Amino acid sequence: MIQAILVFNNHGKPRLVRFYQRFPEEIQQQIVRETFHLVLKRDDNICNFLEGGSLIGGSDYKLIYRHYATLYFVFCVDSSESELGILDLIQVFVETLDKCFENVCELDLIFHMDKVHYILQEVVMGGMVLETNMNEIVAQMDAQSRLEKSEGGLSAAPARAVSAVKNINLPEIPRNINIGDLNIKVPNLSQFV
Amino acid sequence: MALKMVKGSIDRMFDKNLQDLVRGIRNHKEDEAKYISQCIDEIKQELKQDNIAVKANAVCKLTYLQMLGYDISWAAFNIIEVMSASKFTFKRIGYLAASQCFHEGTDVIMLTTNQIRKDLSSPSQYDTGVALTGLSCFVTPDLARDLANDIMTLMSHTKPYIRKKAVLIMYKVFLKYPESLRPAFPRLKEKLEDPDPGVQSAAVNVICELARRNPKNYLSLAPLFFKLMTSSTNNWVLIKIIKLFGALTPLEPRLGKKLIEPLTNLIHSTSAMSLLYECVNTVIAVLISLSSGMPNHSASIQLCVQKLRILIEDSDQNLKYLGLLAMSKILRTHPKSVQSHKDLILQCLDDKDESIRLRALDLLYGMVSKKNLMEIVKRLMTHVDKAEGTTYRDELLTKIIDICSQSNYQHITNFEWYISILVELTRLEGTRHGHLIAAQMLDVAIRVKAIRKFAVSQMSALLDSAHLVTSSTQRNGICEVLYAAAWICGEFSEHLQEPHQTLEAMLRPKVTTLPGHIQAVYVQNVVKLYASILQRQEQAGEAEAAQEVTQLLVERLPQFVQSADLEVQERASCILQLVKHVQKLQAKGVPVAEEVSALFAGELNPVAPKAQKKVPVPEGLDLDAWINEPPSDSESEDEKPKAIFHDEEQRQARHRHPEVDEEELARRREARKQEQANNPFYIKSSPSPQKRYQDAPGVEHIPVVQIDLSVPLKVPGMPMSEQYVKLEEERRHQQRLEKGRKQRRRKGKETEKEKRGGRARRHGSLPTESDEDIAPAQQVDIITEEMPENALPSDEDDKDPNDPYRALDIDLDKPLADSEKLPIQKHRNTETSKSPEKEDIPAVEKKSKKPKKKEKKHKEKEREKERKKEKEKKAEDLDFWLSTTPPLVTAPAPAPSTEELGVNAAAAPEDTCEGPKAEEAEDGDTGAEPDLGRKSSRHKKKHKKEKEERTKDKKRGRKKQPVPEEAVVGPVENGAEEEEEEPVPPMSSYCLLAENSYIKMTYDVQASLQKDSQVTVSVILENQSSSFLKNMELNVLDSLNAKMARPEGSSVHDGVPVPFQLPPGVSNEAKFVFTIQSIVMAQKLKGTLSFIAKDADGATHEKLDFRLHFSCSSYLVTTPCYSDAFAKLLESGDLSMSSVRVDGISMSFQNLLAKISFHHHFSVVERVDSCASMYSRSVQGHHVCLLVKKGERSVSVDGKCSDATLLGNLLEEMKATLAQC
Repeated sequence: MIQAILVFNNHGKPRLVRFYQRFPEEIQQQIVRETFHLVLKRDDNICNFLEGGSLIGGSDYKLIYRHYATLYFVFCVDSSESELGILDLIQVFVETLDKCFENVCELDLIFHMDKVHYILQEVVMGGMVLETNMNEIVAQMDAQSRLEKSEGGLSAAPARAVSAVKNINLPEIPRNINIGDLNIKVPNLSQFV
Repeated sequence: MALKMVKGSIDRMFDKNLQDLVRGIRNHKEDEAKYISQCIDEIKQELKQDNIAVKANAVCKLTYLQMLGYDISWAAFNIIEVMSASKFTFKRIGYLAASQCFHEGTDVIMLTTNQIRKDLSSPSQYDTGVALTGLSCFVTPDLARDLANDIMTLMSHTKPYIRKKAVLIMYKVFLKYPESLRPAFPRLKEKLEDPDPGVQSAAVNVICELARRNPKNYLSLAPLFFKLMTSSTNNWVLIKIIKLFGALTPLEPRLGKKLIEPLTNLIHSTSAMSLLYECVNTVIAVLISLSSGMPNHSASIQLCVQKLRILIEDSDQNLKYLGLLAMSKILRTHPKSVQSHKDLILQCLDDKDESIRLRALDLLYGMVSKKNLMEIVKRLMTHVDKAEGTTYRDELLTKIIDICSQSNYQHITNFEWYISILVELTRLEGTRHGHLIAAQMLDVAIRVKAIRKFAVSQMSALLDSAHLVTSSTQRNGICEVLYAAAWICGEFSEHLQEPHQTLEAMLRPKVTTLPGHIQAVYVQNVVKLYASILQRQEQAGEAEAAQEVTQLLVERLPQFVQSADLEVQERASCILQLVKHVQKLQAKGVPVAEEVSALFAGELNPVAPKAQKKVPVPEGLDLDAWINEPPSDSESEDEKPKAIFHDEEQRQARHRHPEVDEEELARRREARKQEQANNPFYIKSSPSPQKRYQDAPGVEHIPVVQIDLSVPLKVPGMPMSEQYVKLEEERRHQQRLEKGRKQRRRKGKETEKEKRGGRARRHGSLPTESDEDIAPAQQVDIITEEMPENALPSDEDDKDPNDPYRALDIDLDKPLADSEKLPIQKHRNTETSKSPEKEDIPAVEKKSKKPKKKEKKHKEKEREKERKKEKEKKAEDLDFWLSTTPPLVTAPAPAPSTEELGVNAAAAPEDTCEGPKAEEAEDGDTGAEPDLGRKSSRHKKKHKKEKEERTKDKKRGRKKQPVPEEAVVGPVENGAEEEEEEPVPPMSSYCLLAENSYIKMTYDVQASLQKDSQVTVSVILENQSSSFLKNMELNVLDSLNAKMARPEGSSVHDGVPVPFQLPPGVSNEAKFVFTIQSIVMAQKLKGTLSFIAKDADGATHEKLDFRLHFSCSSYLVTTPCYSDAFAKLLESGDLSMSSVRVDGISMSFQNLLAKISFHHHFSVVERVDSCASMYSRSVQGHHVCLLVKKGERSVSVDGKCSDATLLGNLLEEMKATLAQC
């Protein structure tokens, strides 16, 4: 079983926090910090296994991590998982991210945390490895993206069109605009109905 | 409507989306918290909107904030709203947020049940998928119970995407709702052979996870997994399976034997390191499980060790780490194989990677022996000096101590050396483990009596140079050793050479800077020392000197009286008064020494760490009862008696604290005085030990040992513990010499040996056991720790009653009962049904062979019996699988070792039996039986099914009545009876078919229920020659009644090829199927086995004729029957009767029955004393009932059967069998 999957950058800023066992938020943050300090101390050319931190699990648990450029991917697993297998899995996960984001970088993870979660959900489910075939994962992600697009998406075109406007910090946004004259283009309108 | 939507999206334009939120946070680095709280306010506004898109956007942002550590549980209800959105986009956001923040304590979670159920049955696979993913993270016992059935349905979904998710989530459901495991298991097992690799992998994953926690329940799946292992190419699946086998082998050593070969093949063939590593790991597990049974696996061990060595030598640090990890597993059982790689492991100690160094240290722990301990520790000591970073050094220190102290110091041959090591360790700077060293010093000094004198001399030196220890280190660090030093010097002061000097060292003003608890020990032990000095001086008649000492104490003690530490102050005050009193007496010339030393008389023994816990509670004492009524005030909270005991216990565990009352001390001192008399192993301490601590190079001066030699012992340039290494080698060498055996001499010791001959000789008188055993230098009478009388024997501390996996310890082989069905909710049912609804059986359940309603009438008792039989069957199947001779085993096995089988069949039901549960036979039969992929298993299965149906037919509607135990005895084909009267002799149903110089054939006929009336003939062919036998072909002259089943297209005259070849000395089993028309008579068939025998000289064509005998008994199928059914059968009157009597039988009735059961395929229905009724059934449905009665030396068998001819023939056969008894 995988207990937790943490992604953070070289400064310990969390980019993805996924626990498969309940911890209160502050403990989660504490674990992220502790894990960060543990892996930070380690050179890149030493082994990628760490006997678990004191906060998660216990002696049965291991931290298995990989360091890519600015990001650390840390999996906390118990003894039922193969160490080298999990290393491969991290690689699969990162390669999948790379495919889905087209040359993934930290910024992608920062701004699309939700998407990263969705990808992870296709790889690991409830702490157990769901799929290791990258093509299969990417195919499912694509299918879901298409489905989302056909629905108009969350941040559909209209919202994006005026994202510039939003930077003007209006103190109180009028909620009821009279839209007698609609001059903002809403291309996906039909799909909203 | 459209307008409203448009309005909604316009509104949304002004909301922040996730990207804006992230950007905003990044732009507000200084006041992030403030900015976020502002955002949260906005989100709260957004959540109040009706528009679901706005809500979803808000929830999405919340998910991000949750990652940053913000609690978002307040929005749980809104999250549920978003989850129930109709659009996938929103639904996904909702489920993601839920999976991040919902947990069992979330109260609104119960509102989700119907929504999730709706999503699970959604036509869109992604809606279903998202719901499954979400649920996997927040499933609660309630959700698991309510949704288990829906999820189970999804396991058979048409889309593999859904199937694999449904399979995986079942594990979570099992954890939360263990009752679902049994009903769901058959389908889960089915999924192991799903066409989709993803689903298959998921199923393997779940079962492995389950089996890891309760392996014994999954043993019956071994054949299936074995098949998967040999067929799968997916490394993920393979790794999981191989890991699972690693967990199963300890339970079933025969499984291990079967695994070794395929695993070894995999090790040789795979290129995937991960797979290789897991294979090696499992082979190790197998070897461990076999270590007692099979000594001849050194090849496998060698292979593992060799592969691991390659891993360790790899430049990849990960492989190196894992290699060491696996090595440590081998070490436990095969230390010898690992010890030869000591060089490699010591090399790893120098690795730059701390994880690897730590692993290597772990290995060292197991590698030490009496021989190499000193050498290894020496090596570690150099590492201690070199090590950077206190953590690693501390780790080294603890490891050194661990290594030396393991299993009661078994590897230490020279305790002087060990004490010196400990003393050397005190020079470590900044270590946190001072208390560890101190504890070791105390432990050794107390438990190894012979070393006390030496220890005391070292400790007094340590006290003398206390300033070195305390000056540069932290307070809590190494100065702890002074605690031990002071106590040892005080307690064993009679061994001190210069007690006066030590006394002064302990009374230096500097001592007052030490921590309080150490000062307290100082004060106490000053008095012990004082007592001992007084004694000596009075004996020597130096009254003046004695008074001087008293004066010294009177002068110095006040500095302790002023201590801020209460303990120190109190002790000092008391003692000061005491000393003053002594002073007065001394002034009067009264001898006081006796009285003062009487204060500390008595021996102090070590106490086991758990001694306190083990004290049994005296009868009638209730520890939980109040002694006095508790005051209502809450102040008394911390005065609970429990807390006090707990505290005490901890203290005891930490170190042996000198807490003995005066009386005991008095006794101890008395005893010690007597013991004091001349111990030959003591070595006199040097008069000037001070130099030792000046610097590392100065250490060599330590004449730890003053030897009664003319040449003083000095080994320049060597730290002192090293001296011992040399001395020890020396000593051992000497021992060997004395033994008159010249073995491996250690290099260049000759000259020194002469020099130190005296010392070595001193040990010469020590007991030496064998050449391999190195006799310890000291008389190592390690005192065992004391335990209270009537100590409770058990160690109950290791079981955790709250282990969530314990609930999943469920027997999966027994068939399902009605009451175990998963609860199903009716569609759109608003109430949550808490209890399983028995009446409501869905279509899907029926499809999957769920219990049928009509079976409900079955009585619990009967079901239990059937289940038991079922179980035995299962055990048999597994046994069968496990015991089949693999094709290339050198030892020929003409018949399956029935003894082993018997043992197993008898043992199997024991450990699987649980509380009686209702069951339905048919389902369990088809569902839980491992498909062995073998003909025989299939026929077994079928026959079992039929017999069970039959039993059911007969049982239906009959009144319940208790059935005697014997009736429960199941099929006894393998000679196992559930009785302990006397062991049943091994039986084999295989009998000789034909034999010549090349080959020996034995065969067994078993009825099969597969088609028409078929019997399977298993022929074991054993090559008895030195030739290689091939092209074997078996042919039989068919009769009208019996025909051999031949491959399609071949004529009745063609033979059937034997599907294997036989190298010399090898045996294997082939199976042939025959069709029988009428079974009422025995059959004989003539046949020929033709083969080519090939040896060095060439090949010859050979033939062997045989006669195949089909007895009537071989058409019988062991079928259980219950006494009431049996009685009814007999009453029915359509059976013809016949009887037979055999005289001169000496065999016990028990064995007799076993024999009939075994050879003639009967089962015992009932047994009363020496009378038993038995039942069997032919392949064609004839009932055969027997009444077996045993007289003095005779047995009579009365039979009733629906066919008189059959019965007659059967009884004749039985007579023949019994005549042999």
